Amino acid sequence: MNSADDAVRLQKATRCALFAVLELAQDPARQVSAADIAEKYGISTHHLAKVLRGLARAGLVESMRGAGGGYQFSGNAKRITLYEVICMFEDIGHRTRGRPEAGDDSEIGRALGLVLNEIDEIAVSTLKSITLTTLLGLMRRNVANKN
Amino acid sequence: MPDIDGAGREIGNLNIREAESVDIPAVIRLDTRITGMIKPDYWADMFERYGMRPNRFFLVAKGEDDSLVGFIIGEVRTWEFGSAPSGWIFALGVDPDVRLNRIGTRLFEAICRRLAKTGVDTVRTMLAREDELNMSFFRSLGMMGGPFIQLEMPLDEFSG
Repeated sequence: MNSADDAVRLQKATRCALFAVLELAQDPARQVSAADIAEKYGISTHHLAKVLRGLARAGLVESMRGAGGGYQFSGNAKRITLYEVICMFEDIGHRTRGRPEAGDDSEIGRALGLVLNEIDEIAVSTLKSITLTTLLGLMRRNVANKN
Repeated sequence: MPDIDGAGREIGNLNIREAESVDIPAVIRLDTRITGMIKPDYWADMFERYGMRPNRFFLVAKGEDDSLVGFIIGEVRTWEFGSAPSGWIFALGVDPDVRLNRIGTRLFEAICRRLAKTGVDTVRTMLAREDELNMSFFRSLGMMGGPFIQLEMPLDEFSG
């Protein structure tokens, strides 16, 4: 297993939402089409359009009509955390356990549950502490370090 | 505590310097406001151990009117479970009335400069998982999860 396999995986819709929100939050004045975002991140335009509608309903992005229209960021990047975006598309709090399974009520199952809960809690607190602005800052530092 | 929340009056020029014994009553008052607990003995001990000592830093931030608006404490720790010498920040407080003035950020930068001068190349801190405000603050400054993990257990079986 390599490190990419070990990393926490997010569902496709969640990844689409994060790419879209973060792309738009980089410059809230800029309008970007769903097609352009989809092309940049190699994701399905159809899938992204569905995700963007959900983000618009939540007030994170705004759909701009007319020539040169597209989507614009309309949230508060200093306040919105990765956790909030992720929770719109999946239940991040129970990633390691999923649905109840056979053996969960056994003594070993309960002990395993404690360990998996610990992992979940760390993941949640990490995602709750990273705002969109913080993530974009991390991205910019990474870019600066590479150059 | 940090700059990312709250709203309040503007603060003028900020003076960040090493804490002196005369600052401690104001530190106690500020900490009491923030935590709701009055701990004069703790702060007297903190100043004794961290004020004006080599590789230990107890800094205060003073507003234009010389009132105390923040503090930060840290030190260089060495070879704890194989950790090369590194800077540790373990206390930070900002007057809730003057948040959003970059006081926490300026204190953090000031202590990081002092830590870097000692020769360490990493700064660490430890927070409660549910302390989202402080966690967000430190992350906004570029801090990330490090290679160490905090563990604990109750001492019931060893007591009595």
